[in-house]
Amino acid sequence: MIVLENVGKQYDMGAIKVLALDGVSLEIGAGEMLAVLGPSGSGKSTLMNLLGCLDTPSSGSYRLDGELVSEMNRTQLAAVRNRKIGFVFQNFNLLGYATAQENVELPLIYARTPTVERRRRAIEMLELVGLGDRVKHRPAELSGGQRQRVAMARALANDPDIILADEPTGNLDSKSGEEIVALFENLHKRGKTLIVVTHDKNVAGHCKRVITLLDGRIDTDIRKGDSNRAAR
Amino acid sequence: MIAYFFQLIGQFVQDMRRQKLRTFFTVFGITWGTVAVILLLGFGQGLEKEVMKGMRGMGSNIVIFGGRRTTKAFRGLGKGRWIGLREDDANLLRERIPYMDFISPENNRQVHLTRGRNKRMVNVAGIYPGYGPVRNLWPAAGGRFLNEPDSKMKRRVVFIGDELRDQLFGEGSDAVGKIILMNSIPFKVVGVMIEKTQNSAYMGRDRGSAFIPFSTYSEIFSGRIYVNRFICRAKRAVDTPRMRKEIYSVLGRKYKFDPTDEQALWMWDTTEGQQFFFYFFLGFQIFMGIGGLLTLLVGGIGVANIMYVVVRERRKEIGIKTALGATPNTILLQFMTETFFIVAIGAVSGFAISYGVVSIVQSPLFENIHEYVGKPEINPLVASCALITLGLVGFAAGWAPARRAASTDPVQALEF
Ligand SMILES: Nc1ncnc2c1ncn2[C@@H]1O[C@H](COP(=O)(O)OP(=O)(O)O)[C@@H](O)[C@H]1O
Ligand SMILES: [Mg+2]
Repeated sequence: MIVLENVGKQYDMGAIKVLALDGVSLEIGAGEMLAVLGPSGSGKSTLMNLLGCLDTPSSGSYRLDGELVSEMNRTQLAAVRNRKIGFVFQNFNLLGYATAQENVELPLIYARTPTVERRRRAIEMLELVGLGDRVKHRPAELSGGQRQRVAMARALANDPDIILADEPTGNLDSKSGEEIVALFENLHKRGKTLIVVTHDKNVAGHCKRVITLLDGRIDTDIRKGDSNRAAR
Repeated sequence: MIAYFFQLIGQFVQDMRRQKLRTFFTVFGITWGTVAVILLLGFGQGLEKEVMKGMRGMGSNIVIFGGRRTTKAFRGLGKGRWIGLREDDANLLRERIPYMDFISPENNRQVHLTRGRNKRMVNVAGIYPGYGPVRNLWPAAGGRFLNEPDSKMKRRVVFIGDELRDQLFGEGSDAVGKIILMNSIPFKVVGVMIEKTQNSAYMGRDRGSAFIPFSTYSEIFSGRIYVNRFICRAKRAVDTPRMRKEIYSVLGRKYKFDPTDEQALWMWDTTEGQQFFFYFFLGFQIFMGIGGLLTLLVGGIGVANIMYVVVRERRKEIGIKTALGATPNTILLQFMTETFFIVAIGAVSGFAISYGVVSIVQSPLFENIHEYVGKPEINPLVASCALITLGLVGFAAGWAPARRAASTDPVQALEF
């Protein structure tokens, strides 16, 4: 369902041009659980932004469920993100002034979900991540792990096929990290496609496929279960 | 949708709380601008009405003329001849000038009016009955203006100004049907003029004058046949210049003077003054409007400024919303709505303050200034001018910041 063909992403910084991604070709099937590893600056976040339709590639093409995302405008991309993709960030990115429930309702608002259904759905998602008793709390009143679980609930609100997580456990203690990983496992069982950027060996250990980036290229692409090892 | 609207309001309140002082000054700027626009235009309108009312006190679109001396030789006749107009010229002009609506000769003089022990020297005019409506001499209830039978039968009847009535009969007393002596000849009062504002005149204000039928006047006072002046009016104001020309040519033929000899007749066209004031006030209003507009514009710049700050401070939030599926238009709408909120709050308080000021100035408390500047008013024109301007200011102030917000790159906004 995700097909990247020879994707490049170049940042122009005046005189210097940074090639953050350099000819990445990648296919990710529905329901995969995939970890992206690699040293800092290797292009992991850039790849996630492209996969998440937050950005478009400088070269190459990106097809999502057959749609040529790399040619879409901002409005079309917004619709794709809203319908198909859920984001989980390292620093949670919750709205500080809004309650947990209001945060979870945001993607539903942009999907024009009717109010009653929206409330119901938001609470249901918060219960799913184990925060049924925290719906009226604001982020400041929640622990790091709880915040990340609110973010998870928000990512799931529109029932997207793909969950993208960029270092989701990076700011969490190991216990909270475990809870997030457990949620990922749970989602994987429900057939969601999960793509996780991580340094956390524990998180990577749960993934059935691990990609390593180096200098904007795919260095290794390992599927567990078969010891098929594709270099570059 | 409604929930979304409430969310916008909540968000707005949040934002504004974070920027209390700046918000206050911004709203204040809009309020101030609104007050400026409404009051400047409102006072302008009040003043215009007052002046125009006074102008019309003498009568709308009337032309007054009389004979003078020729300054051009004509058909063998030398210049410097005196032109004396007569009563029958009125009929002649009416017949020859189809678009002349009305004409009356007018003679006047000072007379003694006596009622009991009250005695006054006043101006009395002899005129045709149609003169009343044309010169805005309206009878108060219970009385009437002079009429055709009065003229035909040369009745000794008189129509008097309200001030004159006060002087002869005592303030506000009933004068209709009572007898006064005009140079010791008894006249019956048939009507008293209702009060009016008049700020231009040629023989004293109507309030203090007396009017009698032209025929009666001629019988009592004139040995002579000449008429001091004529009052006339065209059917439509636009025909006035044409009518003036025709008067010269008709009378020129009769009295044998060059119709281009402007000095042969003296003529006062009151429509010219009205036109002057019309344009004067148009200019005045435009000037006032621009003054208010500039004030509002400054307020608008303040709003744009605060919106830029809000957009910058909420970059992260914009990034989050965008990532979750908010389209650029959604973001644009959000910030435009917030801008309009600020402008609306300023506008509402501006309207309230203006309304208050206008109400106070309109009240009898300020009666003595009404005579000079009139009563300010917030009429639909003023209000809609202000509203349209506010809308434009809101739009202009919100557009650039909102566009910036909408074009925020989510990737960069989400970097921490
Ligand atoms: N907005 C940007 N402008 C310029 N260079 C960038 C930008 N984002 C990332 N880069 C560069 O692209 C490269 C890849 O960055 P990134 O994808 O964030 O790596 P990672 O997430 O693996 O640490 C780095 O060299 C980084 O400096
Ligand atoms: Mg990164």
